[in-house]
Amino acid sequence: MTFEYAPAPESRAVVDIASSYGLFINGEFTSPVDGGSFKTVNPATEEVLSEIAIAGQADVDAAVSAARRAHSQAWGLMAGRDRAKYLFRIARLIQERSRELAVLETLDNGKPIRESRDVDLPLVAAHFFYYAGWADKLEHAGLGSNPRSIGVAAQVIPWNFPLLMLAWKIAPALAAGNTVVLKPAETTSLTALAFADICQQADLPPGVVNIITGAGDTGRMLVEHPGVDKVAFTGSTEVGKSIQRAVAGTNKRLTLELGGKAANIVFDDAPIDEAVEGIVNGIFFNQGHVCCAGSRLLIQESVAEEVLDSLKRRLGTLRLGDPLDKNTDIGAINSAEQLARITELVESGEQEGAERWSPECTLPDRGYWFAPTIFTSVTQAHRIAREEIFGPVLSVLTFRTPDEAIEKANNTPFGLSAGIWTEKGSRILWMANRLRAGVVWANTFNRFDPTSPFGGYKESGFGREGGIPGLAAYLQTDDEGQNS
Amino acid sequence: MNERVEVRKTYKLFVGGAFPRSESGRTYEVLDFEGDFLANAAKASRKDGRDAVLAARKSFGAWSAATAYNRGQVLYRIAEVMEGRRDQFIADIASAEGVVGLDAPRIVDAAIDRWVWYAGWADKVAQVLGTTNPVAGPYFNFSIPEPTGVVVAVAPQASSLLGLVSVIAPIIVTGNACVVIASTERPLPAITLTEVLATSDVIGGVINVLTGDPAEIMPWLASHADVNALDLTGITDPALATELEIAAADTVKRVRRAAPDEDWHEPATLSRIRGFVETKTVWHPLGV
Repeated sequence: MTFEYAPAPESRAVVDIASSYGLFINGEFTSPVDGGSFKTVNPATEEVLSEIAIAGQADVDAAVSAARRAHSQAWGLMAGRDRAKYLFRIARLIQERSRELAVLETLDNGKPIRESRDVDLPLVAAHFFYYAGWADKLEHAGLGSNPRSIGVAAQVIPWNFPLLMLAWKIAPALAAGNTVVLKPAETTSLTALAFADICQQADLPPGVVNIITGAGDTGRMLVEHPGVDKVAFTGSTEVGKSIQRAVAGTNKRLTLELGGKAANIVFDDAPIDEAVEGIVNGIFFNQGHVCCAGSRLLIQESVAEEVLDSLKRRLGTLRLGDPLDKNTDIGAINSAEQLARITELVESGEQEGAERWSPECTLPDRGYWFAPTIFTSVTQAHRIAREEIFGPVLSVLTFRTPDEAIEKANNTPFGLSAGIWTEKGSRILWMANRLRAGVVWANTFNRFDPTSPFGGYKESGFGREGGIPGLAAYLQTDDEGQNS
Repeated sequence: MNERVEVRKTYKLFVGGAFPRSESGRTYEVLDFEGDFLANAAKASRKDGRDAVLAARKSFGAWSAATAYNRGQVLYRIAEVMEGRRDQFIADIASAEGVVGLDAPRIVDAAIDRWVWYAGWADKVAQVLGTTNPVAGPYFNFSIPEPTGVVVAVAPQASSLLGLVSVIAPIIVTGNACVVIASTERPLPAITLTEVLATSDVIGGVINVLTGDPAEIMPWLASHADVNALDLTGITDPALATELEIAAADTVKRVRRAAPDEDWHEPATLSRIRGFVETKTVWHPLGV
């Protein structure tokens, strides 16, 4: 029996998108000096949403100068308890405007409203709330003597969780007394610009937060700017490496949160139904546009067939379509470019001999879409088992012993996250010890919290966001030498 | 007069717990602070560097899996054995660094005490840097520091013993394995230290000491894919430091930048330990 769902779209009336946006520098929206702009589209419909300014060198200079002035004349001198109150204000404003921001995020990014409403926005507000409380308690964080801000932070964020990544960057930076220049991803600038409006509503002193929009060139100008003291980047490993090269030989501090190729490991004693939900959440959450996605499923051989059957059955019930529809499980791919990248990697999987499977799934006529996809008969040498796909594509491998599972899980240059599914507690801890990954989810997956540090081993980057380590990334103390 | 002819020592590398010569067969002259000949030291090649990384990687599994209590005891044992050779280190330091009077004993004592200080950290780091995290949901969540892996370090050029110990101890105490390039012009105290390490229950390969020229060896190790982090403390040439930092980016290595002027008599801090650990966070649901 099939159920027909009536459409249940969230109303767009709650958002008011301007036809064009300037740059947010020194507390005001200004036109870029060279006047360039690009169009931002709704990836689910290809409808043009707005014109976004492109910041050039003069704009980057202006933003960094504004941040420097704000640091030396206002924010850097302000008592921690007052910085805290601004951050609490921002947290409350985000809560008040969360429906609007969720709809805007879904329109610009393509993610299901269920996720932007129930995951992204609550976490954004929580992140500001958590770090607000640190602003007047820095000396209690145990990070060294005389903890203080670093200065001006250059922050470049990706398009997969636009507002959440902004919160991960701005909240700890401001709590520690830094000022920031943030560049959102080219395809998802709108919620960052809405956040600029929130900064105005909060009466945040001008220049403490500056938002400059543009593509890779703007980002490069920002991180290479000599007036910047700290660089924080979330995005691809390739760009992360180029940023690490760019800051070499400077005194800039650097944190990088890069790609991943997480193993999600299912043992034969795992509760299969729960594990299948975890597998689905691990790879199909946010269309697989998740750096910590459980993109390599490792199943113990004896239950491989059972898990796969159950997984395929579950995938048959996933609903792909209008991201604004409250019943939608899988939204749009964020851009034509990303869709091309996913398509190319999936084709390589077929060419290299893996078996491709997708549930029956009708893709909308317009917009960028990719059906949930599973590959079986995958070997560790296949590109789909080694490279980050950043899409709704799962590669399935099998193992016989815990040692083999560890060997395969760690056989990657990445080390961001991993999952373990088993009822045996001692095995969970044994596995968690040996997995070379920054976040290990046991009998769960893709959980996030502002108190919980997030970040990778190896080529997944260095530094952490969230918790006390997330605060450390924006502080200097009298005890430290120079770790880049 | 029948003065005894002393037996001189051949100074070699320390790799994988053994004392090989450089595979290149090369040596270089080591002079004392007055410019007089002291010894020939092995001039390590890039191949020696790679062998040392291999040895370090091989030891990493056992050393990082050792209990923190055990690692603490091993570091303390190094201090004990050093204490027994105190006079030899004082003589080494005096001829290498030209320090006179009470300065040489002061340096050696500080080096021994530094091992003791770091030894005590082994079973406390996780308590100070780790924590449980009060997440907003039905989960138990904790974060712990874990060793980064294989760390390649350049020891300070001037402070040939105290600086060297101050670089090595914080790297290995948390379970990392290291390859360290000793002071180029003052390598003999480092070699004496390797004789201590060889008899101190340190697993072979956890500390590998090379003598030679960092400018020759480091570019190969900075781009080595099986190295996880660099400690450039002893690099004195800013251009070389930048070049190494750029090479490190190829595999996203953690880099501690050059600090040629660090005062090693200052009390140590947690900073160096922090530089070479990763935070691992584990989640598990609560339920019945």
